[in-house]
Amino acid sequence: MRVALFLTCVNDTLYPDTGRAVVKLLTRLGVEVDFPMAQTCCGQAHYNTGYRHEAEPLARHFSDVFGEYEAIVTPSGSCGAMVRELYPRMGERARAEGRGNSLATTLAPVVPKTYELTEFLVDVLGVTDVGAYYPHKVTYHPTCHGLRGLGLGDRPRRLLQAVKGLELAELPGAEECCGFGGTFALKNSDVSAAMGADKVRNAASTGAEVLCAADNSCLMHIGGTMARLSTGMRPVHIAEILASTEEEPAV
Amino acid sequence: MSGTYLGMPAFPKAAHEAVHDATLRGNLRHATHTIRAKRAKAVAEVSDWDALREAGKRIKDHTLRHLDRYLVQLEASVTAAGGTVHWAADADEANRIVADLVRATGESEVVKVKSMTTQEIGLNEALEAEGIRAYETDLAELIVQLGRDRPSHILVPAIHRNRGEIRDIFRKEMSEWGRPAPEGLTDTPAELAEAARLHLREKFLRAKVGISGANFMVAETGTLVVVESEGNGRMCLTLPETLISVVGIEKILPTWQDLEVFLQTLPRSSTAERMNPYTTMWTGTTDGDGPSTFHLVLLDNGRTDTLADEVGRQALRCIRCSACLNVCPVYERAGGHAYGSVYPGPIGAILSPQLRGVTSEIDASLPYASSLCGACYEVCPVAIDIPEVLVHLRERVVEGGQVTSNGNKVVLKPAKGHAAERAAMRAARWAFSRPGALRAGQRLVSRSRRLHPRSLPGPGKAWSGTRDLPAVPKEPFRDWWQRTNGGMDGKGAAK
Ligand code: SF4
Repeated sequence: MRVALFLTCVNDTLYPDTGRAVVKLLTRLGVEVDFPMAQTCCGQAHYNTGYRHEAEPLARHFSDVFGEYEAIVTPSGSCGAMVRELYPRMGERARAEGRGNSLATTLAPVVPKTYELTEFLVDVLGVTDVGAYYPHKVTYHPTCHGLRGLGLGDRPRRLLQAVKGLELAELPGAEECCGFGGTFALKNSDVSAAMGADKVRNAASTGAEVLCAADNSCLMHIGGTMARLSTGMRPVHIAEILASTEEEPAV
Repeated sequence: MSGTYLGMPAFPKAAHEAVHDATLRGNLRHATHTIRAKRAKAVAEVSDWDALREAGKRIKDHTLRHLDRYLVQLEASVTAAGGTVHWAADADEANRIVADLVRATGESEVVKVKSMTTQEIGLNEALEAEGIRAYETDLAELIVQLGRDRPSHILVPAIHRNRGEIRDIFRKEMSEWGRPAPEGLTDTPAELAEAARLHLREKFLRAKVGISGANFMVAETGTLVVVESEGNGRMCLTLPETLISVVGIEKILPTWQDLEVFLQTLPRSSTAERMNPYTTMWTGTTDGDGPSTFHLVLLDNGRTDTLADEVGRQALRCIRCSACLNVCPVYERAGGHAYGSVYPGPIGAILSPQLRGVTSEIDASLPYASSLCGACYEVCPVAIDIPEVLVHLRERVVEGGQVTSNGNKVVLKPAKGHAAERAAMRAARWAFSRPGALRAGQRLVSRSRRLHPRSLPGPGKAWSGTRDLPAVPKEPFRDWWQRTNGGMDGKGAAK
């Protein structure tokens, strides 16, 4: 099977390790991974900040770049939710504005074949034990757009539970938002920081060394808060844990 | 107490103080977490919850779609049952109607049932200006009124107060309004409730005029419904000679049977009760039973304008259960007052900017008072997609565009203060439409990484005041991918 990796602009620029981990993991599972060089950004930040019309050309670009692939895999719950949930809505809104079906038709092909990484593993490849090894105590934070937008459910936890050596600690208040929220983190920085601090305190109370999530944007906020509060914990993307093996362990 | 909230600062500024108020944070955290857990349990007991939620949504959508018809039907049935119907286009008109009705009775005081709608129009202040004193009789509203405070929650308006604060308010203020607090009042719930009971009883027995809102109005029968937990509402609805109800036009249900859905979803969503303790229903007037005069004031106050908006109109489905407040992480930390409206929390953030427009500083800031986590949508018993409406209203703020105001289509200008953001969004869109430009930008970031500070000056402090910046990698992923041929040249694979 050949899939396109939609890494997202944030991961591409700031978290290349996550990208390498996805490539390593999928290759190990027999999937051929392509990284279309023309990819940029799904337009989520634009859309969610109120610039829907600025997001439209980015969505069209996404569709041009990825339209031909059998499946599109992304290690980001929120960018996955953008394509799956909000692209159809953008098409509808354009139609309601009297601009015809063009946007809806252009975006339609990519919507059903875009998968968040853990969804792709569990639903498409049908695996929960990916042969990973990660001898650390980990707590898992389900990020909001993955949890409530895509409905990832217990897929990430099932994958983590199957990792050799990994001890999974229950995160108190797991389903509460970490406070990132894109531009919310800047526009309402006091509330955002307070939410982040509570999330980090809950994580620290588990005694885990690692807080794992399936979205690096949230981890950037949580990790930045952890560093500032000197908790000694570190944020790790789930792809990096699942890619880790006894031969090539990740830290 | 000010019901108008004029000149409130923008949300982030108001929230700043609340976030750093340890007592308030503690009070809110305790209260919201307790009710949150109870609600989840009460909802989980109902096997057909999803179907009830869908039914509630559909009944409300259907009613709103044919509101013109149902309003006329309601007016006919209320009139036939002996009531008098008045129509108020806005808050001023509603207040004037109520004040005139009270004055016509010759009374100078009224007892009130807890009502969001009368808070929305600032009725108590308007009556005060006419020399009429309005006594709040809901326990929490009483605490707010005695404390010269503002409500901070739809259902529990004094949620920001703890027991010690309530005892102090009762001791200090009750005597000014009527029967003083008993000597040596402590902060035990039973004593506080008893103090309120004694204080209020005197008012119930004396009042000739009662004022209420309503949770529902049934078009086919002309029946109004008030749902409450204390019984104080029932006192006001049955003892006085004259009853005046001020109700938003969106509170209509077509048939009596429609109540079966909402009388299941509302109590479980709001107080986590299986069945509501006091449900009072009345249809016009009945000789020898309850008030002999009944007036219904139907209030628009921005609702028809809201109804004209395809995305935003779903906010009118709201049954004011407050589940979205209780589950909201932003409300929990910012507190209700920061929302600058009688409607706080997620529902307030989408309702106020629609009912009042987005021209004031506070209203233009409300659509951003959310991380879009979606917890509100998940719990809403009428499935209002609050994040969808928030984003829609953000668009209205930054892009302007056509809206309906007082029934007229007007074109709104983009709000001020977003110029830099707009320029940044455009620049990002430009770069993201050109992979080459994105790549050049990424390389610039990577190659200058040794120069990056760990904290940012100026506006960047919004991030780095409380969070470290991420370390920038030495090369973006796409450069690694190209350099190593997708990790296939053996070396760089997935390190
Ligand atoms: S928006 Fe929904 S959850 Fe919030 S108060 Fe209204 S009905 Fe309840």
